[in-house]
Parts: sequence; structure tokens; C-alpha cells
Amino acid sequence: MKFYNGGKVFIGLAIFVLLFVSPFIFGMSRPNKVPKPSIDTPEINALAVKKCVESKDYMEQSHMQLLDKWRDQALREGNRHWKNSEGKDVYISLQNTCMKCHSNKKEFCDTCHNYLAVKPYCWDCHLTPIEKEGV
Amino acid sequence: MSMDRRKFLKLAGISSLVGISGLGSFELMRPGWLEAAEEAAQPASGVKRLAMIMDMGKFEEENYKQVVHACHSIHNVPNFGNPKDEIKWIWTDSFEHVFPSQGENPFLKESIEERPFLLLCNHCQHPPCVRVCPTQATFKRKQDGIVAMDYHRCIGCRFCMAACPYGSRSFNWRDPRTDNNKYLGKLNPEFPTRTKGVVEKCNFCVERLAKGLQPNCVESQKGNPGAMYFGDLNDPNSEVREVLNKNYTLRRKPELGTQPNVYYIIGGV
Repeated sequence: MKFYNGGKVFIGLAIFVLLFVSPFIFGMSRPNKVPKPSIDTPEINALAVKKCVESKDYMEQSHMQLLDKWRDQALREGNRHWKNSEGKDVYISLQNTCMKCHSNKKEFCDTCHNYLAVKPYCWDCHLTPIEKEGV
Repeated sequence: MSMDRRKFLKLAGISSLVGISGLGSFELMRPGWLEAAEEAAQPASGVKRLAMIMDMGKFEEENYKQVVHACHSIHNVPNFGNPKDEIKWIWTDSFEHVFPSQGENPFLKESIEERPFLLLCNHCQHPPCVRVCPTQATFKRKQDGIVAMDYHRCIGCRFCMAACPYGSRSFNWRDPRTDNNKYLGKLNPEFPTRTKGVVEKCNFCVERLAKGLQPNCVESQKGNPGAMYFGDLNDPNSEVREVLNKNYTLRRKPELGTQPNVYYIIGGV
């Protein structure tokens, strides 16, 4: 058995392997930054107890399910009042409840969504609060 | 292929069975099931039937502007400045176009002929738009009869626009936010905009009713007593029932059986 064009084949293979692993090599030098959504807004800072409508863990993992439930309850059932797990009454509104406190969409919503490459289309219609700079 | 009489009769019998099990046969077996509108049933207790009454004699040019502005400004309705892309929740038209079933009357009182009439979604008791919506993006709220829209679900098929006999629905041919929101004017930060490719219309200010307020058009005519009324027709003691009892009113195209819930008092004109 004879191996034809061995040199060319191995050079080609080497280039292929290099190209294939290049994203990993380049990625190694950069630390994997876990996004930290900022809750530093004047509205949140003014709160006596910094607490969202549910626990931080729940909001982190399930805010989309909550928003989905809210949408159906508010629009289709016409009931805009929601009781959280502590029995507290919350007015259902993305613009007027969520974004009232989280007035920094760029530093809050977008940091994680961009990191995970998800593109929710909430803000195609819902207005973002005008981000106040330097306040 | 040859067939004897026995086989033919069997086949004919089976096919006619299949035939009457089609949708049309529901009319035979369950009369009324496919009807556009049925006889008014007794309303269940606690169910409202929201309605609006307008006394057109109380409107001057300024009042029309106030009403349209009150609605369009709080709901972020864009103004593209051309009739093709027009989005309208509340607008005006002539008597002849508003009440075509009155026929062309060459001797109609001049003040009526020249007067614009305010138009909006009639929040029909039997809304044809709801019947045709393939995604249930538009639906009739059981608790108060408002014909609501869920823009999240709208796929922009425009069946509802074809079905609505009142032209109450507008399609977003363009993204209302194009050119840096220049068509939207001053935004109301508490209400969303719409997006390209959805149909929109008057919502009877459902977001204000939820807070115990009146619709904004009615609110804008507070200084014009008797111009607009809003309330529950299922409540026999309500103001709207009283007003309807005292005045002769017209509704748009009642012959279609949609039972519109917007009433016009013509008398004062």
C-alpha cells in the first residue's frame, strides 16, 4: 500500500484541525464573564426593602413564565391584580410595574438576554423607560 | 364496473349519511348553531354590557378634535398623514356614510347632512370580527362585553377587517416606531405601541376601566355635559339606560344583527 500526496494531505489536515479548534484557543484567553444584571436604579435605591414581586431565584429562572401568566390573566381574563406567594397584591403591567423599578433595560434585561442570545420581542411594542443618565 | 341495484342503494345510503354529517347538517339538527346572531338571552348576573351614547347635537368642531386627541394620544396611535396607512381608533364621517341604511335622503335636514359623526368600534354583542379570527387574538370579554385585542396573538391576516361592517379596524402597514417615533408624537409611557403587521382598534379604554376610570373620550367631554355617556346596559338603573329611555337613538347598520353597543342621539342636531 502506498500513501499518495502524504505531505499535502497532512498539511491540509493540520490546517483543518487548527481552524476547527481556533474558537476554543481564542476563547481560552478570555475569561467567561457571567453577566451581572444591574439593579442600581434610582427607583430601586429608593426602596426601603429591595425586593421584587417574587424571590430573586424565582425571578432569575422563571420571570418569563410569570410574564406569560400575567399576560393571559390581564388580557384574556381581564384581571390585572395578581397575588404573589406572600399574598401581596401586585398590579400586572410590564411597563408600569416591572419597568417602573427596572428602569435600566440596557443594564438589566439586555445583559442576560444578549449573553444567552435570546431575543424577546417585548419591546417591539412595550415602551422602555427613558433611561436616565447620571441620576 | 357493473353494479346491481342492491349495491347502488347501499352506496347511496352511506354517502348521504356522510353528507348530512357535514357542517351544514348542524343547521338541521341543532338549529341556530351557525346563526350570525341569536335572540337576546337573559344576561347572567354580574355580567356587564358596556355601551356608549353620544348626543351629536352637543358636538362642535373643537369637541371632535378633543375626543380624537384624547384617545389617540393616550393609546400611542400613530398619524402617518396619508389615508392608505391611516390608523384610527376614533374618527369622523358624514351621516350618509355612517347610517347608509337610512337611504339617500335628498331632503335630509341640512344640519345633519353637514355634521360629522364620531365613529369607533361598536363592541358588538355579536362581533363578526371575533367569529373570523383564526387565533382568537380578538375576543369578546365575558365580564363586560368589550371586544378586546391580544396583540401578542395577532398574525395580521386581516380577516377581522374584512368582517367588521363598520371599518373600525386598522392594519399596521408600517412599523409605528419608524423614523425615530416621529409619527407617534408625544408618547404615553404607560401604554404600549403596536408593531408592524398587527390589526388595532378601540379598546373601550379597558386599561382605564381596570382602574375605575371612564374611557378617555368620555372623560375629555366632561366639560360638555350630556355629550357622551358610558355605562352598563344590563343594569336597569344605570344612567345609560335612563338616557336611552328618554331619547330616540340610532345604531349603525342594525340590520346586520351584530347588536352594536354605540348609540347616537340625533334629536338635538
